[in-house]
Parts: sequence; C-alpha cells; structure tokens
Amino acid sequence: MDERSMNHDRLLLSVDNLKVYFQSNGALARAVDGISFNVREKETVCIVGESGCGKTVSALSILGLIPRPPGEIVDGQIVFSGQNLLALDEKEMQKIRGNHISMVFQEPLTSLNPVLTIGDQVGEAVRTHRNIDREALFQYGVQLLEDVGIPSPKQRMNDYPHQLSGGQRQRVMIAMALSCDPDLIIADEPTTALDVTVQAQIIALLRSIQEKRSMSVLYISHDLGVVSAIANRVYVMYAGIIVEQGHTDQIFRTARHPYTQGLLASLPSLSKRGKRLHSIPGSVPNPAYKPTGCPFHPRCSDAILSCREEFPEMCDYSEGHLARCPVLFKSKG
Amino acid sequence: MLSFIGRSVVQKTITLFFVSIVSFLIIHLAPGKPSQVNPLNPKFTPELLERFQKEFHLDKPLYVQYIYFYRDLFTGKTVSWKDNQSVLKKIWERFLNSLPLFVVGTLITWTLSFPVGIRSAIHRGGIYDRTTTFLSYLLISIPGFFFAYVLIIFVVTHLHVPVIGMETFGIGNASPSYLIMDRIWHLLLPSALGATGGIAVLSRYVRSQMLEVEGQDYIRTAKAKGLPPEQVHYKHAFRNALLPFVTMFGLILPGLIGGSVIIESIFSWPGMGRMAYEAILARDYPVILTVNFVSAVLVLAGTFISDLLYLVVDPRIRL
Amino acid sequence: MNPTGEKINIPDYIEAPPAPKRTRMQEFRRMLAQNRLAALGFFIFFLFFCCAVTGLVLTSGSKPIFDPSMVRLEEKLRPPMSKPNLETLRPDQAPVLNVYLMGTDDLGRDVFSRMLQGAWVSLTVGFVAVGISVLIGIFMGGIAGYFGQHHIKTIQALFFLCLIGGTGLMIANFIVIGTVMLLLCLAYIFYSLTARHGSTEKETPILKAIFHSNAVSIDTLIMRIVDIMLCFPSFFLILTVVALLPASIYNIMIVIGLTSWMGTTRFVRAEFLSLREQDFVAAAKALGLSNFRIIFRHIMPNAIAPVLVSATIGIASAILTEAGLSFLGFGVPPPHATWGNILSNGKNFIFDAPWLTFIPGIAILIVVLSFNLFGEGLRDILNPKLKERH
Repeated sequence: MDERSMNHDRLLLSVDNLKVYFQSNGALARAVDGISFNVREKETVCIVGESGCGKTVSALSILGLIPRPPGEIVDGQIVFSGQNLLALDEKEMQKIRGNHISMVFQEPLTSLNPVLTIGDQVGEAVRTHRNIDREALFQYGVQLLEDVGIPSPKQRMNDYPHQLSGGQRQRVMIAMALSCDPDLIIADEPTTALDVTVQAQIIALLRSIQEKRSMSVLYISHDLGVVSAIANRVYVMYAGIIVEQGHTDQIFRTARHPYTQGLLASLPSLSKRGKRLHSIPGSVPNPAYKPTGCPFHPRCSDAILSCREEFPEMCDYSEGHLARCPVLFKSKG
Repeated sequence: MLSFIGRSVVQKTITLFFVSIVSFLIIHLAPGKPSQVNPLNPKFTPELLERFQKEFHLDKPLYVQYIYFYRDLFTGKTVSWKDNQSVLKKIWERFLNSLPLFVVGTLITWTLSFPVGIRSAIHRGGIYDRTTTFLSYLLISIPGFFFAYVLIIFVVTHLHVPVIGMETFGIGNASPSYLIMDRIWHLLLPSALGATGGIAVLSRYVRSQMLEVEGQDYIRTAKAKGLPPEQVHYKHAFRNALLPFVTMFGLILPGLIGGSVIIESIFSWPGMGRMAYEAILARDYPVILTVNFVSAVLVLAGTFISDLLYLVVDPRIRL
Repeated sequence: MNPTGEKINIPDYIEAPPAPKRTRMQEFRRMLAQNRLAALGFFIFFLFFCCAVTGLVLTSGSKPIFDPSMVRLEEKLRPPMSKPNLETLRPDQAPVLNVYLMGTDDLGRDVFSRMLQGAWVSLTVGFVAVGISVLIGIFMGGIAGYFGQHHIKTIQALFFLCLIGGTGLMIANFIVIGTVMLLLCLAYIFYSLTARHGSTEKETPILKAIFHSNAVSIDTLIMRIVDIMLCFPSFFLILTVVALLPASIYNIMIVIGLTSWMGTTRFVRAEFLSLREQDFVAAAKALGLSNFRIIFRHIMPNAIAPVLVSATIGIASAILTEAGLSFLGFGVPPPHATWGNILSNGKNFIFDAPWLTFIPGIAILIVVLSFNLFGEGLRDILNPKLKERH
C-alpha cells in the first residue's frame, strides 16, 4: 500500500446514516437515503456520483445549509471533532462555518457578491471569527490572495468580482475558505465550471495547500479523472446511497459494484479507440420515485430477481473496501 | 462618463421636443373649443371673441401657434385663458402647496416600506408576512376615494382631525407656531392617505426583490462563511436588492406634478393636481400645455437622474 | 451460478419507474391548490364573471326582471332590505320579490339592479381596455425585442414621414403641400419597384450612401415612442382625452387601453431580448423556420408569463381608473350604471344613505382584490426564480 492509503490519523468528521428528504410537488424526494462516511485528519476523501445522486445535499447538510422547508434532515448524526453538528443551534453552527469547516462552491461566477470588493469578501470570515484590526486584515488578505496564486494581489483587493476571470474567482473562493485556517474544506465540484487547463491548476493548488496546512478535504465530483489524481479514499454514491467505498487504487483497479464498473468502463481512453463507447443504459432515477430493492437494478446487467426485492447490504472485501452488491460478492467467491 | 451624459441630454431633448409636438396636437385636434372662444358661449360678445382670437393667435395655422406658444413659455409670458394670470406664477403657487403634501407622503412611504418589505422577505410565510401581505392587497385594491371617505367619516366623528383645506378658516392672524401646528394638522390625513397606497405597493416590491436576491448563490456563500444573519441579510442581500430602488428614486420626481387629483379634490387642497383638472375642464390650453411640458421635463430629468444613480451604485456598470 | 434466481430480462426494465405525468390542466390546478390566495382570487373572479353575465341578462331588454332604470321618486333613499310602499306604487313598479335588496338611490332606483348592470360594464371596461393594451404591448415589445437590431434606412424613414405628414396635412386642409408629399411617396414606391439592382450607370454614390444609411434602429424607435408616452402622467392623459371627447363607454375603454401599453411593451421586449439569445432560437433558425413561426410558436409562449401577470393586475387597475373617472364626473354617462357611477353618486348622500357608498365601494374592493390576488398568485406560480431551492 502506498503512503497515501494508509492513514491512522484521528477521525475528523463522521457522518452516520444521514437521511435528508425534500417535499417537492406533493411527493417526498429522498435525496440522501442513509449514507455513512468519514474523513480523517490530513486526508482527502472524494464522493463521486452523477448529477442528482445527492452528493451536494450531503455536503450542504454538514454545514446545515439545507433550506428547512422544503428539506429536512430526517435521521442521522454528523459528528465533527466530537460534536454532533445536528444537535447544535444556529448560533453555534455559525461559529463553525467558515471557521472550522469551510466550503468552496461550484459556480465561481455567481458565488461572489457582485457589489462588494474582493478584499471585503475575503476578509469577512476572518473579521467575524477572529479579532483583527483593519490594517492587519488587509495585509492578511493580500497574503491569502498570493497564496492562492493570484497575480498583483494588492490591486485585486479593491477590484470587483466581475473584473476577474472564472479561474481567478475560484481561487478567491478558495482563499475565502482558507482564511480562518479550517480543519476541513468541503469542495463541491469546484472545477466543473472551468476550462481543463484551469482545472488542473486549481487542483494542484488544492493539493499544495492541503499539504502545507495539514487540512482535510472532502471533495465532491463526478469527474473520475480528478478523483483518481487527488483522493486518498473514495465513496461512490448513487440515488442517495453509497454503493461502494474504499481506497483510491482499490476502487480504480478492482471496482466491485456494477455501477462503479460501468462508470470506469465509460471513461474514454486511447485503448478503446475504434470500439463502441460503453454506456450505462437508462438514467438516474427521480429521488421521489426510486426503484424497489437496489436502486441500480433496472440498469444493471448483473441483476437478479432478489435485487428487485431486497435492499442490498454492504459487502466487506477487507482492507476498507466495501461494495453494496451481494451478487458480485457471491460470484467472486 | 461625460459622453454618456452628453448623449443622454441630447436624446432627452429630442424626446422633449416630440412630446411638446404630440401634446400640442392632442389638445388642438380634439373636438370642441375652449369656452372663451366658443361662439355659443353667451358670456362673450363677438368683439371680445375677436380680441381673444387675435391675442392668442388662434386664427393662425397650427404650427405658427405652436411656435408662439413655446416662445411665450420659455420667456415666461404665457397667460392663462381663464383668469389672465401668468401661468408660471400660478403653477409655482400651486406647486408650493402641493410640495409639503408630496414630501411628507414620499417620506412616510419610503421610510416605512423598506423595513416592512425586508422583514416580510426574511420571515417569508410567517405571521408578519401574511398579515402585511393581506393588508397590502387590501390597500392596493380599495378605490382611493372610497377609502378616503371611510377614513374621513371615522376620523371626523371620533378624532376631530380637520379635513378640509390647508388651514383652518380665519386663522390668518394667529401666532406662527399656531399656524405651523395647524398646517401640520391639516397635512396629516391627506398625506397619510397618499402614503398608505404607496407603502402597499412599494413594500410588496421590496419584498419580491429581497426574495429574489436571497435565493442567489452568493448569499449561500455568505452563510457558509459563518456570517451572522444581520450581515447576510443587510450587507449582502439588501445591498443588491437596493439597486432597482435607487433607480426608482429618480422617478419619484414626476410625482410632484401628478399629485393626486382625487386626494386634492376630496380635501379641497389647492394643489397642482386640482389646477390641472380645472384647466382641463375649462380647456385652458396654456395651463394644460405648460403643466404637460413641466411634467415631461420632470419625467426626463427623473430618468436621467436614475440612470446616473445606477451608474454610481452598481460597480458592474462603469463607463 | 447463483441459486437465488435467474437474471431479469433487462430490456423490459431499463427505465426506473418514472414520475407520474401530469397534463397542463392538472399542473395548473395543483399549483392553484398550493397557493390558496391565488385560488381564492380566481374563485371570486369566476363568481364575478357569472354575476356580470347573469346581471346583463337579467337587466337588459325593455321588461327586465331587475330594472335598473325604473325611477320611483317616492321611494328614494330607502335602506337595504326595506319593503316597498305598495300603496303608492304601480304594480309594474314594484321590485321583484317585494324587497329592495340593496336599497334605493336618490332617484328611487333599485340599487341591486344597478349593481347587476354595472357589473357587466365594469367587466367589459376592464377586459377590453386591458385587451387593447396587451395587444399593442405584445406587438410593439415583440418587434422591438426581436427585430431590434434591424435599422430603418434613411430613405424609408423619409418615406414614412412623408406619408404621415402628407395625410395629416390633407386632413388639415393643406391641400397643396399634402398632395406634394403624397406624390413624393408614390414616386418612391415607383422607383423602388422598377429600379434594377446592379445597374451599370454611374449613380451618385454619395446620395445613395445617404439614402441607404441606417437612420435609427427599430429598437430605439419603439423605445423612444414608449418614452414619449411615459412623459404624460397617465391619469391626466386619460382625463384630458376623456374630457375632450364626447363621453361614452367605448371612448373610455379605448383611451385606457391606448395609454397603458407601455409597461407590457417593456416586459415583452425584455423577455424577447433574453430569449432571442437562447439556444432554442438558434436551433429553430438552423432548422430553417421562418421568423414568424419562431416568434409565435417558440418565443411567445415563454414570454407570455409577465404579460399574463400584468394583464390581470391591469384589469384591476382599469376598473379602479373607471371608478376614479366616474368620481370626477367623466365616467360612463347616465343613465347607464357602473359601480363607479353609483359610488360617486352616493358621495353626496354619505351621511343620509351610507349604503350608496359602501355597497359599490366594497364590491369594487372585493373584485379588484381578487384580480390582484390572482395576478400575484400567477406571478408566484410562473416565476421559476421564486420557487424554493433544493
């Protein structure tokens, strides 16, 4: 096992059987249907899945940012540094947001307030959570912008978001997230809206920051390429549940769930040139109208009758690799 | 910046020019003559008619009349046909009467609408929101004069607030403080009436703007940074929601002339609205046209100011 | 092999159970159910509509069931639910059911009948006025939004000016100048129809350049017209025109319609401007659809939402305007009854016969309120941005 995978550090975040449901259009959408995952210190954990599988909702629930009507956290525990976040009231959560856990969002174009300066927005979290005077705040902001690789940071402090490019805005978001030296950064598809070259830069930036500051990163993505590059451990989500989890090389080399296998097989590569592109037939189910039994079974080529009737349990492949497919587990022997 | 101002002024002057033509045409092409020139009017002898016609160039073709009228307007010599007073002087007097009504009404409206609208938006669906929504709808839907009469009946019989005119009859010689108190007392009901309608409309608009802004991504970012709710709602949300209102602020300028014909009629308030109304009845063309012209100038000036304000307030627009 | 069972036949079962499909009607009804205020508004509007139609039926004709114009001077200013004095009345003068449901006015007319008659008038005024203003608004806004960037060439502008000027001058009896201008127009039509393009003669390039230069874009033109109209304070404009023209219900409707299209134009133009840039329009163009089809089949249904909202609220405001005009004495002329009429008539007797003021006032309030509620409810329903985010 390489260094990245072995990690005996302490548990930083532990999510246990989280269920988040939404009332929408008269039906109950079970966006997150009982997931459990954890993040250790100095670790990068990735949650992978297609759009609509519930990964963003999971991330938002950690910070308590789910709009209460129509959404509701129905069950579960979220334990962070020994505290159950779901038991905290709003004021206590505010002390944690931006301070111990911070978040980087997907859309840099709309996630920054257009009428406030960069300097103002970067310094806000610090001003709220720490005692620091204006002059020092400004210098700190400049330093942050420099850390995330924005050229001429002093001038940028007085600029407005619309004067920056998409990549630069995302760097600003990262700077904002770092400003209070959090223990955990949740990154919700931070590079999806950016060009590929910028994507690579942002990811490299995240890695270097993580190493320098010994933070944990919870990275949410649908891009397997990115995941393979940065993750220590991976959780694969589908239709609100975790279908496979394990260390990165376990997942990528020996995927044990049909969905994960399908995702990996769908990745285009040179070796598949000239052959027919693989795709998983069908589409992601509507969270309000999920199939019975295993939610993936309508699209699964390995499905048998019991897949429609019973909800599958996690099967342990040892060394932390688990997959929710008894069919493949049994056939493996 | 300068080029924008320059272009704006030129465009608005052209618009003003067209407005003057259109209003002139509307007045003169409408059937019926002003009472003074109506041959059927028994009060005027034929000689008077002729003199009237000559003085006001009514026998000349339309475009000549147009030129004469606007020349007089700009040199301040236009005279009302009804009572031969200088139009500009009349307008100015009535304007001074309408002004306190307008100022007080606008102040009340704008200072009350924002807190109400913001609170409704932040606690969307709560008791406060639903009550104010219901009241707003009620106030928007009630016919103005009906509401006025209801208020009058209630107020006069129970509270003895004066409702007629600008000051109590015969109070002219009282001490200044008494005069001022009296004026304020008379001002109360009409401006309150005007304000309630305005608050109803404006607070709804504030609410909907706040709701729209609160749904934006950057509000979610602000919350994720752990900022306290006042900062999220006022520094982040309200600043953005305020933008369209800054532009609206410039447009209240034309309200000076609009006044409200109805409110002034009910309360016998000698304001601009009433004057315009009487002028229309008497077909007093100079007064009507001048009021029209002044109102157009105010509208264009108001738009110009709101454009400028928008430039200043929104950092995304820089010329 | 797996002992628990065989494989399921996959092709039958690729799709997960889909969400139940709903027709537009069901969607609409469900949204109404969610937004109770809007539903209430709609319900009251429906009631009002029925009242107006039945009222029209019951009060028109020469021997109507409820007679709004029967004058009975002996019975004036009777309170609601009072019985008529049968001894002094002729048998055909007695009201139906032998009771004045809403009292009588100062001429002894049955207020209930007048209210029924007035309902239809208020409804018509509202709908016709708004209909006119919406039609104009959609037309102007659509053209400004869709063709906005097209320019009118100088020569075409001159042509139109000559046309309008010529006809105007002809009407105003300036025969000579008017004929000259119209002849110029004819000449231009002749020229443009017969001129051959690509002619090898040497034409004066400067003249051609001037004539074919872009004078003004359609967008600017239409928005300037809107600006000009906005410079007139609307109530005054309506008042002016109504005072100058002979009083009639049609004049009022048309005038209100002609002075309130500016808001709709702005909305429609804004929607068209943003929708025009969207991909589905590019796709439609790539398929070779004509402009006409693109506008009406594709863009218009999307742009109609703010128009619907402002139309419902516009009906409410038109009814209020008519009431205001009646109050000032410029409404529909007597003996025709409108609610504004009755209300303004009643203000003279406010202490003796308060029902004359309160009944129409509250009726107007309820109907206008219902329109406003319905309009706002529509806005909430149709506005995707206000929907709660997940």
